[in-house]
Amino acid sequence: MARRVLPGFGLSLGYTLAYLGLIVFLPLAALAVKASGIGMAGLWKTISAPPVLAALRLSFGAALLSAVINAAVGLLVAWVLVRYTFPGRRLVDALVDLPFALPTAVAGIALTALYAPNGWIGSWLAPFGIKVAFTSLGVLVAMIFVGFPFVVRTLQPVLEALDRDVEEAATSLGASRLQTFVRVLFPLLLPALLTGFALALARAVGEYGSVIFIAGNIPMKSEILPLVIVKQLEQFKYADAAAVGVVMLVLSFLLLLAISLLQRWSRRWAER
Amino acid sequence: MTIAITHLSRRFAEFRALDDVSLSIAPGEFVALLGPSGSGKTTLLRILAGLDFPDSGELTQDGRDLLRVSARDRGVGLVFQHYALFRHMTVFENVAFGLRVRPRARRPSKAEIADRVDRLIKRVQLDGLAQRYPAQLSGGQRQRVALARALAIEPGLLLLDEPFGALDAQVRISLRRWLRHLHEELHLTTVFVTHDQEEALELADRVVVMNRGRIEQVGTPEEIYQQPATPFVFEFIGKSNKLPVRIQNGRLVAGDQRLDADGLDGAADAGAIAYVRPEHLALTPTPLESGWRATVRHIYLAGSIAHVELDVPSLGQSLEAELGGEEAQRRALQPGAAVTVQPRHLTVFPIDGKTGEPDPERRRVAHPRYGQAALARWR
Repeated sequence: MARRVLPGFGLSLGYTLAYLGLIVFLPLAALAVKASGIGMAGLWKTISAPPVLAALRLSFGAALLSAVINAAVGLLVAWVLVRYTFPGRRLVDALVDLPFALPTAVAGIALTALYAPNGWIGSWLAPFGIKVAFTSLGVLVAMIFVGFPFVVRTLQPVLEALDRDVEEAATSLGASRLQTFVRVLFPLLLPALLTGFALALARAVGEYGSVIFIAGNIPMKSEILPLVIVKQLEQFKYADAAAVGVVMLVLSFLLLLAISLLQRWSRRWAER
Repeated sequence: MTIAITHLSRRFAEFRALDDVSLSIAPGEFVALLGPSGSGKTTLLRILAGLDFPDSGELTQDGRDLLRVSARDRGVGLVFQHYALFRHMTVFENVAFGLRVRPRARRPSKAEIADRVDRLIKRVQLDGLAQRYPAQLSGGQRQRVALARALAIEPGLLLLDEPFGALDAQVRISLRRWLRHLHEELHLTTVFVTHDQEEALELADRVVVMNRGRIEQVGTPEEIYQQPATPFVFEFIGKSNKLPVRIQNGRLVAGDQRLDADGLDGAADAGAIAYVRPEHLALTPTPLESGWRATVRHIYLAGSIAHVELDVPSLGQSLEAELGGEEAQRRALQPGAAVTVQPRHLTVFPIDGKTGEPDPERRRVAHPRYGQAALARWR
């Protein structure tokens, strides 16, 4: 048997697997078992129902879009927080985490109050015919809100660790600011940006509390997948609910796996 | 392509990084900026690169005001201590960077870029490593990539900031030689910053010794070592013994010795600080009339040279002397042995009455005279 310098491999691996099995895998397996009660045909029938399909599209579509927006804005915010000093920077920095701490129902109610047609922001948008609260746009707003801290927090340490030297080297080699950003800085930030993107996406897909307050939950229009599941549970259709849950699970897993592969490709240069 | 630096000053808050610095760099010259940290050498380099700007003073290249040219357009090749390579790009992409970011009108064709980059990679002896990422290279290889990248833009001026600072001793020495050869081939005007005197003296045509934002001395490596112009240069370059002395009636008074010496004609009587290199102290076991009585405290052999630490009671301090290792062994010099010490020549800086500081302007080199009979033999 090969000798290892670091002790405790067997114990720590065993512990890790047991913990993961108990906390993550067991509930998911139970979900799959429950869903299998209705068989493949039943599964297909459940998920191809138009309200379910519409909710599926909304849940994943809005989550992806919110993650893209959070990635872009998060990059900007992280950049400003790291690269510039200004009065109140620490305060702004602390504010970034608030969506983490706020109970999602509170966030949902606050957003609804703001974006309702008679709310502070909603009343400004109403004359242009833009309705946010009680539409799919409201779903997007809530998802952006809850996913916001992830990109900022994953990018900050990477931005702080960036060497000034590298930028100065690019400049003295004749690169413009834009070229320096696009060719030098962005590729270095991309792996962290993708991590933040994946986290924001996962959070948005799973978000329930804040979304159901602002969405209005009109079937086929502004109803998200988790709500579909809850409604099926209320009708005691446990197997159907589990089936929809499994579909969400598989889709989420595939998305995260794809992002993870993309991330690995984006940092191919870090391998020795 | 003469670069003229005139009366440059740069302040960071209360700290004077550069204080009225003037220097001219001739085309093809290899100049070292040598000094301890905080001496302003890196600030000067960054101003040359266009990455920092002086508060006052001028910087011109053949009469053209360089301070109005941005770092991007200055066409300066810059090499950093920690390489500053683009770690997400291969060696090839790193070297090609400066060519690829050119505006389309001035950008060489793809084939031309590939050709030039290949030649540069060969020149820095990294053949076969073009597709590696920096993380897969050793420190010496990385620094050569950085150099190739800087050379790719065909700079008019090459600036190196502590280029060997992060490398281990062996690699440092071989890379140093190699850089010297490269300079002999390319004749590219080169300025490099270092705090390593050996590096500066070995590589440069001309060494600029800096201290606290000012230039202490500019000269060839020989001049800097043989004729240090200021007490700072004496203490910073090579080894030296520092002794308090007095100039009195054209003689040098040091401890219990009054030395007749050449080179002090017309020097006013004053307290002074004298510096003696260890190799300029001669020893002998016989008690002589002139010369300090001393005891060997410690002796160690480093290659061909023996370093001897001496206690000199009449000076109230210790001195360090050097003599040939063979000589020391033949004489079986032991700790505790009594010897006579004679300085062969000393550099004397009279102390300015007003400032209380040694005055480089009144520097003298004193050669004590000893009678034939009273001459220490070991050197």
